[in-house]
Amino acid sequence: MTSLTKTVTTVEPLLSVSGVRKTFPKASAGDVVILEDVDLALRPGEIVGLLGRSGSGKSTLLRITAGLITPSGGKVIYRNHPVTGPAEGIAMVFQTFALFPWLTVLENVEAGLEALGVSEKVMRRRALAAIDLIGLDGFESAYPRELSGGMRQRVGFARAMVVDPAILLMDEPFSALDVLTAETLRTDFLELWTEGKLPIQSVLLVTHNIEEAVLMCDRILVLASNPGRITAEIKVELPHPRNRYDPVFRGMVDDIYGRMTARQVSTVSEGKAAAPAIGQWLHRVSTNLMSGLIELLASSPFDGRADLPVIGEKLQLEVDDLLPITEAMELIGLAEMRDGDIYLTTTGRLFADSDVQARKRIFAEHLLSNVPLAGHIRRVLDERPGHRAPRVRFESELEDILSEDAADETLRAVIGWARYAELFSYDDKAEMFSLENPSE
Amino acid sequence: MSNPSYLSLGSTARALVPNRWDLVALLVILGGLALAAIGVHQAQVPLESIQQTTVTLDPSNLPDYALRTTLRMLGAMVGSLAFTFIYGALAAKSRHLELVLIPILDILQSVPVLGYISFTVVFFMSLFPGRVLGAELACMFAIWTSQVWNMTFSFYQSLRTLPLDLEEVSRSFRFSAWQRFWRLEVPFSMPGLIWNMMMSMSGGWFFVVASEAITVGDTTITLPGIGAYVATAIQEKNLIAIGWGLVTMTVVIVLYDILLFRPLVAWSDKFRSELTAGQLVPESFFLDIIRRTRFLGTITLPIRRAFGATLRLRAPSRTIALPRLPVPSKLVDGVWYVIVIAGAAYCGWQLVQYVTTTLGWADLLEAAKLTVFTMIRVIVLIALASLVWVPIGVWIGLRPGWTAKVQPLAQFLAAFPANLMFPVAVVMIVKYSLNAEIWVGPLMILGTQWYILFNVIAGASAFPNDLKEAATNFRIRNWQWWRTVMLPGIFPYFVTGAITASGGAWNASIVAEYMKWGDTTVSANGIGSYIARMTEAGDYPRIVLGIAVMSLFVTVFNRLLWRRLYTYAANRMRLD
Repeated sequence: MTSLTKTVTTVEPLLSVSGVRKTFPKASAGDVVILEDVDLALRPGEIVGLLGRSGSGKSTLLRITAGLITPSGGKVIYRNHPVTGPAEGIAMVFQTFALFPWLTVLENVEAGLEALGVSEKVMRRRALAAIDLIGLDGFESAYPRELSGGMRQRVGFARAMVVDPAILLMDEPFSALDVLTAETLRTDFLELWTEGKLPIQSVLLVTHNIEEAVLMCDRILVLASNPGRITAEIKVELPHPRNRYDPVFRGMVDDIYGRMTARQVSTVSEGKAAAPAIGQWLHRVSTNLMSGLIELLASSPFDGRADLPVIGEKLQLEVDDLLPITEAMELIGLAEMRDGDIYLTTTGRLFADSDVQARKRIFAEHLLSNVPLAGHIRRVLDERPGHRAPRVRFESELEDILSEDAADETLRAVIGWARYAELFSYDDKAEMFSLENPSE
Repeated sequence: MSNPSYLSLGSTARALVPNRWDLVALLVILGGLALAAIGVHQAQVPLESIQQTTVTLDPSNLPDYALRTTLRMLGAMVGSLAFTFIYGALAAKSRHLELVLIPILDILQSVPVLGYISFTVVFFMSLFPGRVLGAELACMFAIWTSQVWNMTFSFYQSLRTLPLDLEEVSRSFRFSAWQRFWRLEVPFSMPGLIWNMMMSMSGGWFFVVASEAITVGDTTITLPGIGAYVATAIQEKNLIAIGWGLVTMTVVIVLYDILLFRPLVAWSDKFRSELTAGQLVPESFFLDIIRRTRFLGTITLPIRRAFGATLRLRAPSRTIALPRLPVPSKLVDGVWYVIVIAGAAYCGWQLVQYVTTTLGWADLLEAAKLTVFTMIRVIVLIALASLVWVPIGVWIGLRPGWTAKVQPLAQFLAAFPANLMFPVAVVMIVKYSLNAEIWVGPLMILGTQWYILFNVIAGASAFPNDLKEAATNFRIRNWQWWRTVMLPGIFPYFVTGAITASGGAWNASIVAEYMKWGDTTVSANGIGSYIARMTEAGDYPRIVLGIAVMSLFVTVFNRLLWRRLYTYAANRMRLD
């Protein structure tokens, strides 16, 4: 395997993506840019990982490669032909398994062959062979609902393998599984891959799990969000099977954590956001999670400073779940991040040592001064005679800058935080912000 | 139909040997086929002979009549399915057609089913002059119109809500349109479709009974069936014969449930798209028989093989069309809008022309006034029925033992054609000289009130146990319990039931507001009796006017009340 990875760079790519750009129309005028100028090449014999946070457009990029989505600009070339729709020889494994619940395991595996128009006999033989290879013997006549998650994803793999694809696209294939099952499936897959038992020549894996990427991939492409673009390419040259506790492996994971948290800084340095704007995309993070993390950081052995991968492991949170929390804390001013480490600020320490009411006061104070949207809503409410304002007033403001979904999430995030801070209240039925406090 | 695992197909030789279940299934199927053949043969008799053949009240004819009635229902159902697949698919796949087809569907389902039977009879008779087939088709068409709209809506909505991942799988494996239809679209819409088929069937018995004996102007058409039997009994004032008719109908509905719907529901369970194993798996004795039948699996194998082969067929060109572009040409849109608006304007003009040549504003006012009367009856009676059945339904729904016993009964009562009971009511009204204006009201919801009951039962029995326990724990009782716990919990179910009940009541008004017993007529002021009288008199412009006004009221009623309540229930009172 290692000898293969060393030569791949010189081999002609099987599939190449060049200058791809994807935009979606916004509710108001203009477009939201999801992907900007993305290049990527997939060569025979390699597993390439696309690593990014949610919203980085990694799934969109995968679907563009699969021919399921048409890019707004740039092109995808597969075997010297432009990809204009789903192409023969490219198969996909889905995060949600995407099995037809009304078909048995065998019928599900056969569905892909049916579309190739092969004879019934050949179809049956190939399907049984794929089922055998993936380790689903004995489950042929079972329906997906009778299977565990791991077994369902095996059906997903068998269905993809049976059409003899040259390229396998994997969309977070293990993220819907529990830790143990995911590990078994990864190991089984890597075994088949390194032993050359799979028909596929190349794999493109979308993931938000850094360890998974380092464990499986020969190359990792890190995507940044807003708009999605490739910010780093990391070669992993460790031999399979890889050891998670190998210092080199750990070092790589740490390094990637650092690169992914450095995102914020890079955007600021580009001069895009000199002052944090009202239209900043906020992720919905529960205040309970923030309090919990602050308490954990304040306690020993961390004492206000922790390595992000360690925290992630301790809380069983993947980077995609962990980073929104740490970023929200950083935004509000409760924590800071440097080089893949998280530090509690003085405010953060004060918060940890306070009781419930004092915490709310600290939170409110910093929410007002550090989150422009919260301050903005509060000011509008203060200025209006009835101290009331409809949701649509802020929604339309946000939608000038953000996509509809992002605007909605941002508003919900602010509402959640402001409710905790008792900064203002929101009536979901009337879709109205106000300063009325139900307790008074 | 059956659900074989492919692996058992390998042992074909063994499977050819019949087992005892084969005999049962064979008898049912061959018997059904033979009876169908007789029915079709007799439908070929020229019309003159059918007009002379009067339906006799000899109870020994009833099995034959019951069979014919059932075949009409089945015929209409097959037609409904075909229409559903085509119309629903067109509406879901073409944005331009959707623009026109969905509103049409929405209005069509507000049009009183029995209102335009007078037109369709004439139309179908002219298609097949001198043959009973025309009258049969007209009757089936009436049933069809009572069944088809909600099925089509359900299919269309399923197609619009296909799970994205399955849709992507189908595209990434490059399914053909035909393969996609049978592998993804139809299976996904199956649970909703089967449920709506059941609702349609249940409503259909009412219309089959009402449309077997039709009088349009001078022409009276009687098609042998349970409905015609009861109509004849009414003419001859024969209460015993009516009793026989009721018994036969009961048997037919029960058999229908056992032989068709339970198997269908149990079978369709595999189409549930959520991947978790459900707690309540529907079961059917008859389906088990079919599934255990080896012989049946073997004889249908060639058919299934051939069908499988069509799924593997591919067009010679391998290119797969890209999904429709998100921004379609403005020009095409513009042209399409113009065509649609022009078409609609032309139709509207024709309608106005037709109606205004003989009718004036006074007629419109009268029709509107009568519709208000009927509307008051519908509103008052739905309210009364709710007051009665909501508490009873909740009481039953909270007791699983009672639910298991009452639920099938409520569903049976909903299916039972209430118009078979009308003669009894007429006799009472005449005998005690009751006020027809008031007493026809209960008849309008006689058959449809059960929808409220069984939906409320379903809602109460699905009410989460932890919420019930929490309510008990905090000692929430009496009115507070109803207001804060139970009523919000069952509200979505209640709204569903009430919508069905209200739609049924509007339709029933055409029969209920104008009833006969021999030469005695019981008539109440209302748009239903207006349409019924005009149909009898063959006054086409007034029939059109009556239908138009009633449809308009029903549509507005739906939009202003039911749809709002439904959205409210769906948004605010979901328990998931």
